[in-house]
Amino acid sequence: MANTSDTILTVENMSVEFPTLTGVTTAVHDVSFTVGREKVGIIGESGSGKSTTGRAIMRLQPPQAIVKANRMQFEDVDLMTASEEEMRSIRGRRIAMILQDPKYSLNPVMTVGEQISETVILHERATRQEARNRTLAMLERVNIRDPERVFDLYPHEVSGGMGQRIMISMMLIAQPSLIIADEPTSALDVTVRQQVLTILDDLVVERNIGLIFISHDLNLVRSFCDRVIIMYAGRVVETITAADLDQAQHPYTRGLLNALPSLDRPKDRLEVLRRDPAWLEN
Amino acid sequence: MAKSGTFSNLHDWLISEDFTSSRQARLHSVYLGWRSLIANPLAFAGFAIVLLLIIVAALAPVIAVHDPFAQDFLKALQAPSAAHWFGTDEFGRDVFSRLVYGARTTLYITILVTIIVAPIGFVIGATAGYLGGWVDVVLMRITDIFLSFPSLVLALAFSAALGPGIENAVIAIALTVWPPIARLARAETLTFRHADFVIAAELQGAGTGRILLRHIVPLCAPSIIVRLTLNMSSIILTAAGLGFLGLGAQPPMAEWGAMAASGRQYLLDAWWLTTVPGIAILTVSLAFNLLGDGLRDIMDPRNG
Amino acid sequence: MTMIKAQHLAVSYGHGDTALKVVKDVSFEAQKGETFGLVGESGCGKSTILGALAGRNKQWTGSIEIEGETIGQKRTRAQLAKQQLVFQDPFGSIHPRHTIGRTLLEPLEIHGKDRRQERIEKVLTDVGLPLKFRYRYPHQLSGGQRQRVAIARALILEPKILLLDEPTSALDVSIQAEILNLLKDLREREKLTYILVSHDLAVVAHLCDRVAIMQSGGFVEIATRQQLLENTVEHPYTRILMDGSRGYVSEKRERNSAALPA
Repeated sequence: MANTSDTILTVENMSVEFPTLTGVTTAVHDVSFTVGREKVGIIGESGSGKSTTGRAIMRLQPPQAIVKANRMQFEDVDLMTASEEEMRSIRGRRIAMILQDPKYSLNPVMTVGEQISETVILHERATRQEARNRTLAMLERVNIRDPERVFDLYPHEVSGGMGQRIMISMMLIAQPSLIIADEPTSALDVTVRQQVLTILDDLVVERNIGLIFISHDLNLVRSFCDRVIIMYAGRVVETITAADLDQAQHPYTRGLLNALPSLDRPKDRLEVLRRDPAWLEN
Repeated sequence: MAKSGTFSNLHDWLISEDFTSSRQARLHSVYLGWRSLIANPLAFAGFAIVLLLIIVAALAPVIAVHDPFAQDFLKALQAPSAAHWFGTDEFGRDVFSRLVYGARTTLYITILVTIIVAPIGFVIGATAGYLGGWVDVVLMRITDIFLSFPSLVLALAFSAALGPGIENAVIAIALTVWPPIARLARAETLTFRHADFVIAAELQGAGTGRILLRHIVPLCAPSIIVRLTLNMSSIILTAAGLGFLGLGAQPPMAEWGAMAASGRQYLLDAWWLTTVPGIAILTVSLAFNLLGDGLRDIMDPRNG
Repeated sequence: MTMIKAQHLAVSYGHGDTALKVVKDVSFEAQKGETFGLVGESGCGKSTILGALAGRNKQWTGSIEIEGETIGQKRTRAQLAKQQLVFQDPFGSIHPRHTIGRTLLEPLEIHGKDRRQERIEKVLTDVGLPLKFRYRYPHQLSGGQRQRVAIARALILEPKILLLDEPTSALDVSIQAEILNLLKDLREREKLTYILVSHDLAVVAHLCDRVAIMQSGGFVEIATRQQLLENTVEHPYTRILMDGSRGYVSEKRERNSAALPA
């Protein structure tokens, strides 16, 4: 990689606006953050702009959306000025994305093995036979026990957890330096979730790359990520080390934590979040 | 500026989602539909032509300058002129007036066919889709049998068997139009059949009739209305075809297809006899198609 | 007083050779005012039990008693009204083309109830929605508001039992808190009995008195709230689920939890 510094992604004052019938809606409002070789969680409720933020970094926002920023720098690439062609070569290779439902990220008429092989051929200029062997090895790496069988399955035939592992196995080959995971485990059961996250954790730590983990699940982000960005109504209200989340200062973060039922601190009534218009004034 | 003030108040009241009555809620959705119709020029053009057709049909005696049935052999086969805008036919009848009265026939056939076809198609399709099992198999195989004939041939056979005449043409056309509607209703019903809100109604004790009429109809209605609107052009064409073959409207009734047919012997001398009704058929069926496409964008629940 | 008693309940889908037994011989009961939880991962049969209790799944064997009355596979209207189901997805469980008022009127018409407008107003107030919401369409409401409508629709027939199928898992944390509080209030005010299905043990422990932990169609154990909170559950699978509700367990920190069923 051209750039080996610790900061992989820098976003300064990014806004995403959508023109609507009644005027312009600002989905993301003046957001700034950096991602290094770490796991950064973006937490927010629906409509907080967390997914829009993730997509805007990949330049995958809907065509009518307007993205503004002072700076959006990914390694040596200026994401604001990069051409669509450059973006195509970045997406999937240098920045990878995992979505909640892997079925939408995979080609429905190709077997998963063929799709992983395609990635191998693209990245390693391997022959078909080599690609097949590499693919089987990668499927094994993500703890798929019978890779030979899985190789010939179509995306609709694999379970959610298996699908996410297939997505991760493609990343093992493409070797991106940043992964954006948008609710990657929300559709999974806890035991499967644990397995998928372990693989993802290993990938990020071993390869020493960056991960943006977008989720609504406070407990999950707190236990999985290093740093947490809390978003509310398109704004970053607080950025905090995951381990210190309990000491969060912002009333919104505190409100979310108190609204959560907990096995360790049971309460008779859950605190209801009082939304303060002052939170929108920055 | 009091007038524009009232208008903007009305606009605000219609656009507001803070409803205070169910009438406002209904008018709100009608108003939004109207606004998206205006925003779509092609659909609006279709709507305008259909509206024009309705007005012309309703006001035919006022608009027509001559009696459409008055024959005058002295004036036969006159070219378009100030007195006869679209010329005269072989019996000296004014083509423009016949065209105007023909709008009535066309509208009569399309509306009647639609009124017959919509409930039949919906009941058969929705029942098959909702109940499933052998009911589905039997109803859909009957539908398939009707679908397997080319529609014009089927209409031709029926109107030949029933005898020529406009009512029989309507029945013959209706027989060919309902099967696609039934299929559509079945497909739509299947998508909602296992929706949670249908199951919720079942668990509250709603019977089959109530579920079909109260829960399935409002969901199927948009796509069926769109389909029927798109179908109107083929109804018009089939009616014109039957008229052309002499199995639809009988003389001296003004019907566009029959007009085009009777003019074809004079095609070289009197081009207006076939061209004018031909253009009318083309325009109206195109208008229904455009309107149908526009309605699909406006009404389809998947777009809302 | 026992509101629900299920004995040797088994539920299956399909017929003949392809029949799939989803729930295998479970027995439990719930007292009046009690909340009984069903917890497990997807496909364990927890929602199927709820479906059988609600009258949705008719292919069951064993016995179900509601308020002391033995229920058959076919139910009368009165029997259906005794328990009502609240669905997981508030976006799919309300008719998109009916106003909220129409949605609430529907059950009243089916059961031929009187004082309809009065009942609609009362139930809207009970679930904390403004009365003018009855003129709105579901697409104008947020997820939390829709779930309140779904609860209102279930309550309008004055059932004794609410069957809650993951009622908050499609909602944001702050909205989940509001709905859980509402459910607690309603239970106390209306003396309701709940059966709550969830995958989240924290939610279950918040609302339930007793919980059945399910795996592949059977109960692995029935734990009390006390056991969950004091971490004295017996079965290892229950522990896995409890860890899951706390978040991610790094394998480097805790190698011993690696003994997961794959």
